Amino acid sequence: MTIHSPTSTTDEILDVTDRTEAVNNGDASDLARTAPRGPVMETRDLNVFYGDFHAVHDVNLSFGRHEITALIGPSGCGKSTVLRSLNRMNDLVAGAKVQGSVTYHGEDIYGPKVDPITVRQHIGMVFQKPNPFPKSIYDNIAYGPRVTGMKVTDMDAVVEDALRGAALWDEVKDKLKSPAYGLSGGQQQRLCIARTIATRPDVILMDEPCSALDPIATARIEDLMSELKTEFTIIIVTHNMQQASRVSDRTAFFTARPDETTGNRTGLLVEFNRTQDIFEAPADPRTEAYITGRFG
Amino acid sequence: MSQFTQAGPPARAGLPGGPLLTAKRRPGEAVIQGLLIASALLSVAITFGIIVALVEPVIHFFGQVPLGDFFSWTDQGSKDLRPAVLPLLLGTFMVTVIALALAIPLGVGAAMYLSEYATRRTRAWLKPTVELLAGVPSVVYGFFAVFFLTPTVLNGWLGLDVSFTNSLAAGILVGVMIIPTIASLSEDALSAVPQALRQGSLAMGANRMQTSLRVVLPAAISGVAAAVVLGMSRAVGETMIVALAGGSAKNTSPDVGEGHQTMTAFIAQTAQGENPVGTASYNMLFAVALLLFLVTLIINAISIVIVRRYRQVY
Ligand SMILES: Nc1ncnc2c1ncn2[C@@H]1O[C@H](COP(=O)(O)OP(=O)(O)OP(=O)(O)O)[C@@H](O)[C@H]1O
Ligand SMILES: [Mg+2]
Repeated sequence: MTIHSPTSTTDEILDVTDRTEAVNNGDASDLARTAPRGPVMETRDLNVFYGDFHAVHDVNLSFGRHEITALIGPSGCGKSTVLRSLNRMNDLVAGAKVQGSVTYHGEDIYGPKVDPITVRQHIGMVFQKPNPFPKSIYDNIAYGPRVTGMKVTDMDAVVEDALRGAALWDEVKDKLKSPAYGLSGGQQQRLCIARTIATRPDVILMDEPCSALDPIATARIEDLMSELKTEFTIIIVTHNMQQASRVSDRTAFFTARPDETTGNRTGLLVEFNRTQDIFEAPADPRTEAYITGRFG
Repeated sequence: MSQFTQAGPPARAGLPGGPLLTAKRRPGEAVIQGLLIASALLSVAITFGIIVALVEPVIHFFGQVPLGDFFSWTDQGSKDLRPAVLPLLLGTFMVTVIALALAIPLGVGAAMYLSEYATRRTRAWLKPTVELLAGVPSVVYGFFAVFFLTPTVLNGWLGLDVSFTNSLAAGILVGVMIIPTIASLSEDALSAVPQALRQGSLAMGANRMQTSLRVVLPAAISGVAAAVVLGMSRAVGETMIVALAGGSAKNTSPDVGEGHQTMTAFIAQTAQGENPVGTASYNMLFAVALLLFLVTLIINAISIVIVRRYRQVY
């Protein structure tokens, strides 16, 4: 019971029959339109708790291959929580508990024999604040291939590929040995993306990757995401509505609802659909209120 | 401009000479600042005073004894003065190396465990316990070396054949003594490494060990190095353990199973004898003390250079 490697599953993916179960209460006919075919990842009745606190309730999502899925919604509705449960980063939070299932190519990543380390090798993550290691630019990129035991004959080539892939090569090719901390915030974030793609993951999770960046750096990362999509499946949390509509193929809108008895605000998925539909013809009034700025 | 300040109603904020520019005296702040400066200067003054106090007798000493007799492996000259210092340096060196060989892996290892592996609950009692060890009087360690470590462990269980006083036992216990220092300060440095770096590493599929050794430890290296240097300074300066367990005879053999008098033990043991002020044997105490002081100073200076070179800023 190992997680499939991304390459070996390419063919399998094409065989997967169209999924027609309802995603988020939509009826079946709706779904052929909204749910991605042959999803790379799916959540089924995903619930996450922090201790006694019920953070998100019954989230059903599926993430299409080579698509960008945006998770949007007001602060505290559980977007990061959902994102972290997709590569078991929640394991690192003391007291966090996950119920329901998260599957990757049909396999439950919370299965008893699944190693979270392996999960994260397939499903990488880029964080809100750039977090390069206090090492050289080169070593930041080489770190992943080294620790994950990738068979690398030419590390220089791996580093160059990753930096080109993250549209950073031209800016840093003459200073690969200098510390990553000398880069600007936007460059650091692209370095973190380069570092992630160097390990050749299948899925890349991004939690508000542009929120610490200026508009120009943001635009570069958005362009980059559209390019990366040809190779990777991307799931991005963003507060920037324009960003979601510009870059994503599908959008999931979350909100938080206070519990009648405890008053705890539990996050739930309101609507999941093609991005165009979400922004042009939202089915739920809450979605409409949010995207038109009357809410959150 | 002066018209503005003298005009009755307050001038508009930000105008030159306006109300924002009136200097307010804050006497309390000046007092505090003075006290802080004084306490900073005091430690500098004390250090300086010690050097001056050491240097004067040392100058006399080198008037009485040739430099070559001091920096020598064997004692030359008159019967009651035994001026050779190199065997003492060797003794200090051996004890320090043994102590560090034990204390660096155990101290840094304990710090890594506490900061990267232990649950919050374990850490809550384990760290204070480790720090408590730092409070054990060194005479207890010395006693332990002489009456348990050497006869029972080294000669008994391990079947070695070491002398009653020996550098191995002294070094081991000096090492045990500095473990808490190294562990506690290293742990502070490791825990100060931002969580985001650990998450970044784990999110790439690194395991905990790789994250600790390749990301967290290098990021904390300047703090860990500072901890090791402080431990090393304490090892070099430790007196009671080596005076009890390390022997009172100069020894030029590198055999750790034999006793070696160290610089500190020499000072402690010689100072107990008859040393009339102004005699060469009296002045020699100061010469050895100054050398000890310089050795510690050099260790610190080297460590500062090393830390600057390898520091990773985050
Ligand atoms: N480590 C944690 N421990 C306890 N509660 C947490 C933890 N992380 C998040 N929460 C809680 O879970 C809920 C969802 O948080 P989450 O960070 O997922 O929201 P978010 O949608 O990402 O918000 P934002 O847009 O502000 O980033 C919040 O109520 C938050 O307080
Ligand atoms: Mg968030």
